[in-house]
Amino acid sequence: MFYNYLMLSTFHHIGKYFLLLGRVFKKPDNFKLIKKQIISELYSLGIGSLGLIAIISLFMGAVICLQTASNLNNPLLPAYLIGFATRESFILEMAPTVMSLILAGKIGSNIASEIGAMRITEQIDALEIMGVNSASYLIFPKITAAILFIPIIVIYSMVLGALGGFIVSMYSSGFTMEDYIQGLRYDFKVFSIIYALIKTVFFAVAITSIPAYHGYYTRGGALEIGKSSTKSVVYTSIVILIINYVLTQLLLL
Amino acid sequence: MIEVKNVNKSFSGNQILHDVSIGFKKGEINLIIGASGSGKSVLTKCIVGLHEVDNGSIEYDGRDFTKMNFKERKGIRKEIGMLFQGSALFDSLTVEENIKFPLEMYTKKSQEEIIDRVNFCLQRVNLDNVNHLYPAELSGGMQKRVGIARAIALNPKYLFCDEPNSGLDPQTGIVIDNLIQEITEEYNITTIVVTHDMNSVMETGDHISFIYKGRKWWEGNKHEILKTDNKELCDFVYASRIMQKFRNI
Repeated sequence: MFYNYLMLSTFHHIGKYFLLLGRVFKKPDNFKLIKKQIISELYSLGIGSLGLIAIISLFMGAVICLQTASNLNNPLLPAYLIGFATRESFILEMAPTVMSLILAGKIGSNIASEIGAMRITEQIDALEIMGVNSASYLIFPKITAAILFIPIIVIYSMVLGALGGFIVSMYSSGFTMEDYIQGLRYDFKVFSIIYALIKTVFFAVAITSIPAYHGYYTRGGALEIGKSSTKSVVYTSIVILIINYVLTQLLLL
Repeated sequence: MIEVKNVNKSFSGNQILHDVSIGFKKGEINLIIGASGSGKSVLTKCIVGLHEVDNGSIEYDGRDFTKMNFKERKGIRKEIGMLFQGSALFDSLTVEENIKFPLEMYTKKSQEEIIDRVNFCLQRVNLDNVNHLYPAELSGGMQKRVGIARAIALNPKYLFCDEPNSGLDPQTGIVIDNLIQEITEEYNITTIVVTHDMNSVMETGDHISFIYKGRKWWEGNKHEILKTDNKELCDFVYASRIMQKFRNI
């Protein structure tokens, strides 16, 4: 009984989510206003996340470098593997997936609560009464801004992660800066970056559209906004992990 | 004129509106009154198309809104202005941007013409020097006035006001009521006001529809409402001691 309910509820939400996306991608009422919204979203979603991503990437790069160094105590293994391992972990997983999970928390909760508050204060009703496609007006600019900006954030995170490891190499006694840089350059494949960016585009859609869905269908009061925000972060994180697995299977194997 | 004909509406099997038929006249303030939970807000949301009716029709000057597709409805919606209970101003936009919004969305006016219209609408609701303030920086009464300014920006044919003076002090409430009355007469529009404030009813009720348990229970004007012997309406109108004293005079 419970299993049936869970299945029905899941399919109900998936169907409703895709119907909402159908409305989001309808031709906008006014391109000029949508362009203005995209620029504003680029600023609020993108620029606002740069500081947090910088701190996390620098420290994670440093820690990955230190952990790899502490585990590579076999004299037969070359020291440049430390830089190589730091680069590979950052490009393949840390920058695209972990940063997207962090952005799901930061941007996702922000989107769900913003749209949820607009729903309960009747601002969405006001848009509908004016004849505006509220789903397109509110959600389309967020998805577009995320698709444009999150890949840039991910590349920025890759660079800062490598820099974090480089700073560690400056003060480490176990390996040199030259070893680290050699590792960063060793067997570099451009496809790794392309793979990371492909994943990021899918994550960007999930990071914005799932919280937007939860916010858009918020009912009730302030308590429900909080619940929508929490639910959106949980579901976005799960979806990111599933997409990550599927895309890795499809692109790397 | 807006005509609601035999409208029924239910949610998950729970019928809220039962065969409601009301005519709302042009150039008059049409009040929908009733106790909380009587269905007046659902009726208003059905009229403006935020809820679909189960059956029945809603006609805007003979145009059946319930049979229209999204595109056709959009044409009618451009003729509607609505003042919400909580004002529903976009809180990420300034006062000026709020009023500009429908103008930028639907007209091809230049920025200069748009600003002129914004200033005209703000002056019409007696607001000055608030263009660059955000809704959160305004008092409740000022927010309602900005809401009215936004509602009239596109020169609507139909104006809807959902409890326009709720949360306001009596003096400000009267200012808002008077403003709605002036605008209705000045632009000769069909105005529908949802309220349970008896001051508004006595001040502005050209045409009053009393909704009781989802049914239209009574219809009349502000003079007739005082003489009615309809029990449910009397219970509603004379609920307060002041009104009871007024009745006994």
